[in-house]
Amino acid sequence: MSGIDTLETAMRPVLILAALSIAAGDVALAETPRDFLIRFEKEAGTAASAERGARFFNSKQGGEWSCASCHTDKPTQAGRHAKTDKPIGALAPAANAERFTDATKVDKWFRRNCNDTLNRLCTAQEKADVTAWLLSLK
Amino acid sequence: MKLRNTLPALLVVLTLPAQADRLPLPANPAYVEECGACHLAYPPQLLDAHSWLHVVNGLDRHFGSDASLDAGNNNARRAAIADFLGRNAGGRKTGVTADAKGQPLLRISETAWFRREHREVEPAVWKRPAIKSPANCAACHTRAADGDYSERSITIPK
Ligand code: HEC
Ligand code: HEC
Ligand code: HEC
Repeated sequence: MSGIDTLETAMRPVLILAALSIAAGDVALAETPRDFLIRFEKEAGTAASAERGARFFNSKQGGEWSCASCHTDKPTQAGRHAKTDKPIGALAPAANAERFTDATKVDKWFRRNCNDTLNRLCTAQEKADVTAWLLSLK
Repeated sequence: MKLRNTLPALLVVLTLPAQADRLPLPANPAYVEECGACHLAYPPQLLDAHSWLHVVNGLDRHFGSDASLDAGNNNARRAAIADFLGRNAGGRKTGVTADAKGQPLLRISETAWFRREHREVEPAVWKRPAIKSPANCAACHTRAADGDYSERSITIPK
């Protein structure tokens, strides 16, 4: 027992150092879809709801398009751009391992696609909800 | 006999300008990533440099879409893409791509060159559900992604 305690105390500075270097090198590290869910939940200050995310994704909010207009209401399948018809690979990480692994890409497309569908940026809560729903799809 | 027939034909071929049905895309990963996500990465040869500069400078309001580049490295990436498009722009093939008032055209599909090449396509054809718009090159030019616009690779969807 006390052996573990000692080990923990001894490890603490190492862990803190490791955490610091991860924070500093943050951008260069490959991320996992779950990291984005955690980040958006933290920014929103509340837990995500996959159910709310599904509703948000599949309904129009005053504009011409919903998220589903290009990504379909089953985002484990490939979609098509509603205006140009270009095929778009599946959005759910279960069906497409490249999704939600690159912060630059994720941030860029949330910015563009939210502007196109809502005429504004998405809130952290909306991003958390959508990410939770996409992660729940098998 | 044979030689006399082929020689003039050969001369004609040799004096023709660069083939119009091949528009190979010069390798550029940034261009393909940023300008090939929502549609075909259009051949830079089909607008002049002035038109491309206007396209690149208006990406946040791009034909009804937000196509703005990343906030962080926005300027460097945008400058690199503008440079690529400018270097490969096609003033010679298409002439100046401006409207009657001298304003740069932003659409390949509105240039005089495009209209000339497509004069046989009936206006109603562009609106077919499987085509949607003249901007959808790949709907008819089935090998457009490889820069092949030759007649034998054209299939017009019904
Ligand atoms: C007009 C078509 C269109 C609409 C509407 C649209 N998207 Fe997209 N979305 C795209 C395209 C195109 C891409 C990038 C192409 C690719 O990566 O295959 C993309 C990529 C994304 C990505 C990038 C994921 C990654 O890691 O690669 C996310 C996240 C995303 N969209 C979410 C949304 C959400 C949320 C909405 C609704 C608010 C939405 N999209 C609406 C076309 C659209
Ligand atoms: C977020 C999606 C998106 C991105 C990213 C994007 N475009 Fe577009 N682009 C569109 C849409 C939508 C149209 C209109 C298509 C139509 O009318 O059918 C279009 C049309 C065009 C046209 C006119 C086509 C024609 O001849 O009618 C050009 C040229 C063009 N884009 C160039 C670019 C360049 C260069 C980039 C990269 C810097 C780029 N696009 C990135 C969505 C996008
Ligand atoms: C409705 C179908 C359709 C669409 C969409 C379309 N084209 Fe064409 N295109 C044609 C036809 C038909 C011809 C004429 C073929 C011929 O007469 O040899 C042609 C001719 C051409 C040629 C000349 C080829 C040659 O043999 O010299 C080029 C280059 C070309 N198109 C590029 C484009 C580009 C770039 C776009 C998108 C901005 C586009 N086209 C959209 C049907 C289409």
